[in-house]
Amino acid sequence: MRSNALVYQQEIEALGRSLGLDYFPVQFEQVPAEFMLEIASYGLPVRMPHWSFGVRYIHQLIQHRMGHSHIFEVVVPGDPGHAYLMDSNRDTENALVTAHVLGHADFSKNNLLFRRVQDQAGYHIVEQAARHAQQITDAMERHGQQRVERLLDAAFALEQHVDIHQDLHRTRYPGVRPVEAPPNAEDPFTARYRSLADDAPTEAGGSAPARAPVPPHPEQDLLWFIAHYAPELEGWERDIFLAVREESFYFQPIFACQIMNEGWASYWHARLLREADFLPQEMYVDAIKTHSDVVRPYGGEEQIALQVNPYHLGFRLWEKIIEAQGMAAARQIMSLEDDFSFIRNHLDDALARELNLFQFRTRRRQREVAVGDYDLDAIKEALLAPKYHFGAPRISVTELGSGGELRLHHDHRVDGRGLDPESARKVLGYIHSVWRRPVRLQTVNSHGKPVELTPAEA
Amino acid sequence: MHDHHEDRWYGLFSRGARDWLRHNQKIRASVRENLPRLIAEADVITADGERRVRMPVRFLEHYRFRLARESEQSGVGQGSNVKPGDVLKPAQPQQGEGEEGAGAGGSGNGGFDFVLEMKLDEIIDWLWEELALPDLQPRHSSEIEDDQWQREGWNKRGARARLDRRRTLKEAVKRRAVTEGQPAFIDEDLRYRQLRRRPQPESRAVVLFGLDASSSMGERERVLAKSFFFWALQGVRRRYPRLDTAFIAHTVEAWEFSEEEFFQVSGQGGTVASTCFDKALEILDERYDPASYNIYFFYASDGENFPDDHQGAVASLTRLQGLANFSGYVEVGAHGHIPRYPETSRIFDEVIGDNGRGGRYALHTEDDVWEAIRAFFTRQAEV
Repeated sequence: MRSNALVYQQEIEALGRSLGLDYFPVQFEQVPAEFMLEIASYGLPVRMPHWSFGVRYIHQLIQHRMGHSHIFEVVVPGDPGHAYLMDSNRDTENALVTAHVLGHADFSKNNLLFRRVQDQAGYHIVEQAARHAQQITDAMERHGQQRVERLLDAAFALEQHVDIHQDLHRTRYPGVRPVEAPPNAEDPFTARYRSLADDAPTEAGGSAPARAPVPPHPEQDLLWFIAHYAPELEGWERDIFLAVREESFYFQPIFACQIMNEGWASYWHARLLREADFLPQEMYVDAIKTHSDVVRPYGGEEQIALQVNPYHLGFRLWEKIIEAQGMAAARQIMSLEDDFSFIRNHLDDALARELNLFQFRTRRRQREVAVGDYDLDAIKEALLAPKYHFGAPRISVTELGSGGELRLHHDHRVDGRGLDPESARKVLGYIHSVWRRPVRLQTVNSHGKPVELTPAEA
Repeated sequence: MHDHHEDRWYGLFSRGARDWLRHNQKIRASVRENLPRLIAEADVITADGERRVRMPVRFLEHYRFRLARESEQSGVGQGSNVKPGDVLKPAQPQQGEGEEGAGAGGSGNGGFDFVLEMKLDEIIDWLWEELALPDLQPRHSSEIEDDQWQREGWNKRGARARLDRRRTLKEAVKRRAVTEGQPAFIDEDLRYRQLRRRPQPESRAVVLFGLDASSSMGERERVLAKSFFFWALQGVRRRYPRLDTAFIAHTVEAWEFSEEEFFQVSGQGGTVASTCFDKALEILDERYDPASYNIYFFYASDGENFPDDHQGAVASLTRLQGLANFSGYVEVGAHGHIPRYPETSRIFDEVIGDNGRGGRYALHTEDDVWEAIRAFFTRQAEV
């Protein structure tokens, strides 16, 4: 591990603080390419093992070997924060990366979403994730690789299905007794016994004891719900589900603030370098070249891009906000907003036209792209659409059926269409292997007709 | 400032590589499920175990809930010379770029295929694990000659009677090739065969395959027979390091063939199974002494046999199964094409009955091959 100071690190940090950056200390570490690719694939330096990360890793490796991707750094928020820098970065690149990292560190300490999650989870995700990884390794030794793997297949498939507006350490629904594993078929004696044993006050005249329904309202936090209400989940299995959920909480702000966060860091690396009179001239020029590579809208020689580079878009938005409203207002926006409000509130006609943003429809069949009429609202909507609900369809638990059946419902009206049935059935298969009772999901088919999906065979 | 020591430190914890290996293990498991079909097409029966089979596979997908694809999708782009109404044709759809991260559910069209290479032996080992098949039981050692004198290399000293003339001449030629003007032979050239007393742990076996090549056996029937033969042979090979094979095809007459010819053979006319059994007996008589070989006989037919041949076939098969560890019959053909109780089945039932030294199976589709193999090997183990 190398933590020796980077070139001009102290000077850049001093300059940053003098310009108002406010962040937890950052530990810089220069790491070899293989390790860098891992951090990029897993999102964290040490994380739970799962075969799906292997696929991401090999994609990263291919991209890297073919020279298509160059990862300068990965930043992990916390107190202290961690910044991993590619050890092949040149000194000028590292000057820029150092400044960029400080921007991220400032953002994650002050942004409300980041703060909310980190206040609950603690500020040590790197250590926590490493502990989770150890937990998995131990569980595999004790319960076998296959069993743990199947559990993780389910948990990771649902990692976007959390409700970060609830507490990280949320308890069971109030006033509702934990559901006992209902026997599959009750013999008459058991049925009678259970009704006798129920000494909860029943409603006057009510023939059956009224149970508060579980869930009391449609429940979006599938990881949480399964962890707490799966009829046969063992303690160690629940712990793993909750560990995955905790990491999801950590990733959610990164996902929901990507444009803001990358833009903020880019703004700050540009600004700090510009004002860094201690940097030699040629180093500055070199760094600015790297900067324009990072925030350019198009890849390579192209003049048109069918996606928007978040670094570029965020950078330009922040430049404009700071120019028009001043740094104090910008810091206020940075601390309170996320990408949804950021785009809706601050992307205006002038900037959209200046950036030559356009909205298009892809026709898959013809393999062509049709450019639509300029419409700022449509542009905003298309930018934000992939980000809603952590990028996943809206699925919630609606009720527990008889025999402990798990009933899920897909909100196709808000999502605009039904689920892809094949992948949904596979995911239901994962869920079924941990729920261990029947599982059903309501959605609509391609004609908008309601359909009920059941798990695919494992 | 590159420190190799530190690289190793990171290398020790290569989680990416570890999870990638795990992914590949899982891929292999899914390939395994498709093996019956893969092998039915493969052109290998006696290929040795080192032979490698290559098959293209896709990355495993870790599924997430995702919305149904639409025929049209909207997005936002950026470009200076773009007007509303323009139609752009992307040159190449981009391949899975930047698809990682918690939010990206995988586009589902990730076209990355890669080629998995597997040893045939490895496949066989899986299969035995998968079907939980036991190894074959050789006959008791008392039945088979226990040890044998076996040749094992050469020595420069030895009894006159064991002088290997050919080898000695070779040595002399080698020596003279290196230095000119040498005498024709010197003592150094002499090579004697070495013999060693070696126990033969019931390791030798011969597998005889009989195939009805009459006109009623179509392409389908042959493929079914071939895949059963292939797997049966692989199973036998697992137990016996030294394995011989013989291939007999017959119509109203029987001939021995090489493996390549064996499955090409197609004859005119009817079926007289006794000719095949007799040919097998003849081969055993000439080359494979039942005292020193474990003998396996497999016969494939569509079940028709000349009724007149009944007595002869029963007699020959009775002799044959008396010599063999196991005699198996596979009836190949689509449902409905075989009469309810075909003649050949009668023959085998009559001879083998419940004595456990044989069995018969019907193969209608490739999937039946597994059941037949399982039945054969589990039955064998109980003997």
